[in-house]
Amino acid sequence: MDSKSDKRIRTRRKVRDFKKNLPLLGMALPGMVFLFLFSYLPMGGIVLAFKNLTFGRKTFFENFMKSDWVGLKNFQYLFSSPDCLLIIRNTLLYNLAFIILGTCLSIFIAIALNELLSKRLSKFYQNVILLPYFLSWVVFSYLFYAFLSIDHGILNRSILPLFGTQPIAWYSEPKYWPGFIVFANLLKYTGYNSVVYLAALTGIDQELYEVAALDGAGKWDQIRHITIPLLMNVVIIMTIFSIGRIFSSDFGLFYQLPMQSGQLIGVTNTIDTYVYRGLINNGDFAISTATGMMQSVVGFGLVLITNAVVRKIDKEKAMF
Amino acid sequence: MKTKMAVVSHRKGNMISKPADAVINIILMLLSLICILPCILVFIISITDEAVIIKNGYSFFPEKFAVLAYEYLLKPEGGIFRAYMVTIFVTVFGTCLSLIVVSMLAYALYRTDFKYRRVISFLVFFTMLFSGGMVPWYLVCTQILHLKNTIWALILPMVMSSWNVILMRTFFSSMIPMALIDAAKIDGCSEIRTWWSIVLPLAKPAMGTIALFTALQYWNDWYLPLMLIDDKKLYNLQYLLQKIQLNITMMASLASQSGGKLDTEIHALPSEGIRMAMCIFVIGPIVLAYPFFQRYLVKGITIGSVKG
Repeated sequence: MDSKSDKRIRTRRKVRDFKKNLPLLGMALPGMVFLFLFSYLPMGGIVLAFKNLTFGRKTFFENFMKSDWVGLKNFQYLFSSPDCLLIIRNTLLYNLAFIILGTCLSIFIAIALNELLSKRLSKFYQNVILLPYFLSWVVFSYLFYAFLSIDHGILNRSILPLFGTQPIAWYSEPKYWPGFIVFANLLKYTGYNSVVYLAALTGIDQELYEVAALDGAGKWDQIRHITIPLLMNVVIIMTIFSIGRIFSSDFGLFYQLPMQSGQLIGVTNTIDTYVYRGLINNGDFAISTATGMMQSVVGFGLVLITNAVVRKIDKEKAMF
Repeated sequence: MKTKMAVVSHRKGNMISKPADAVINIILMLLSLICILPCILVFIISITDEAVIIKNGYSFFPEKFAVLAYEYLLKPEGGIFRAYMVTIFVTVFGTCLSLIVVSMLAYALYRTDFKYRRVISFLVFFTMLFSGGMVPWYLVCTQILHLKNTIWALILPMVMSSWNVILMRTFFSSMIPMALIDAAKIDGCSEIRTWWSIVLPLAKPAMGTIALFTALQYWNDWYLPLMLIDDKKLYNLQYLLQKIQLNITMMASLASQSGGKLDTEIHALPSEGIRMAMCIFVIGPIVLAYPFFQRYLVKGITIGSVKG
């Protein structure tokens, strides 16, 4: 009797809560629908990694349900293929280069912008360096092509002749491309990262510098002993998050920039381009899903680990 | 007043020397040049006479200029007009839709008295950490939602952005006091009305910044047409640009394999100048609008980094 009325009160309260929150729930709904369709529904599709998807039944749902389970066969196939090692190596090494070079360059630029005597010039440089961030990889492929084109490019027509060198077929010589890829990545993202670091720099208490100057510290000493140590906090956290994403690559950079030249595949194939080619060129759903799942799961693990590390360093800065 | 003066004089004495400033200026100037020279080169190629390109290759200082490429592209049959319309429609419509969806969700999550706040916040946040990957996403878009070769394929997948929701919620909580919402509630204002006529006007700077980033994303998108569009009528500018680039290189490689020079078939394709002019049509609006909006863009990056 008692518990029965308790229950009734509780349900009534739940209903009342629900009704009270209904307007806000309704406002959250459109966003949640989009999230469900484009994020959560695909997550369910991950089981395809353990299936061999076949078509030909009436609805997609039937195709999905009735395709055979194949266990870990897709993964066995993936790990035994020589591509596997190559794409993982490329993804990791490029990301490592981006993190190391990108961080050093953006810190240098941020400090330089911060120290510049003319604030107006500083703003100007900052805006120009940030501009490439807002151009797409397709546009980048054109910008690079203007320099690298075999017949008309600036390098082959104007620069190499100065040194008496023969024209080079840039788009079929893999040895140059790791350099180009790293350069393109720096070009696109350094401006953005410098702005982030510059924001951290302007947050440093000016009094620190004044006190240091009174104590006879020169500008160089101040940068070494105040600016860089205080910036390190942000640098470490940004770096750790980049390490969390080390297993994913910028699809556009590796797909658009080399203009899909077959001869360059050894140095431009990463996990993301491999998944795309498997899906679109070969229609190989199973292997592509398995590769994608490996990427998602390892990436997720890395994010969790790095976040735990960030938490240890500075609880405020952790994502969750 | 006095202390302020003292601080200023200290700062003056605490600046880098003139020679150091000059060196830094030179380095930054070089870096800036690296960033804009490619764009300038593409622009110069687009207004270079075609015969000069064939003879001398691309150059920063061509012998002869021509605007033929632009005349060709601006003709209705130039093929670019339709792609431009697709890009503009998708950018405008997509940005508006995205702002509405994102700001409504952000508003609900900003309300501390919203009961399902924690659950929904988690659901939004989790998608930034884990994803099903490209293939399941592709299957959902093509097999379940049937987006392939529809204009919606270019709009709907990018409407929702977890990052923007979290960014906007942070904006709301830092700029709009809850007391204001309570007051509106006491006055009998509905939630939708509070969101539309109180929260959004107050959050205008934030909305502007996020609108800019969203619009740029739509404008720069080539990924969605690459995955979901085969129909030439639905190509947007970026994808058309990519297609033209690849066709020319494919043709050129075929020609070089067969040992021949560029044959007649290649002359029928958009020539060098026209391709570069198209690229300028894509970059142009961004570069022209950039000086007016860079303040907001920098602000967006800075605030995003603070609440990373």
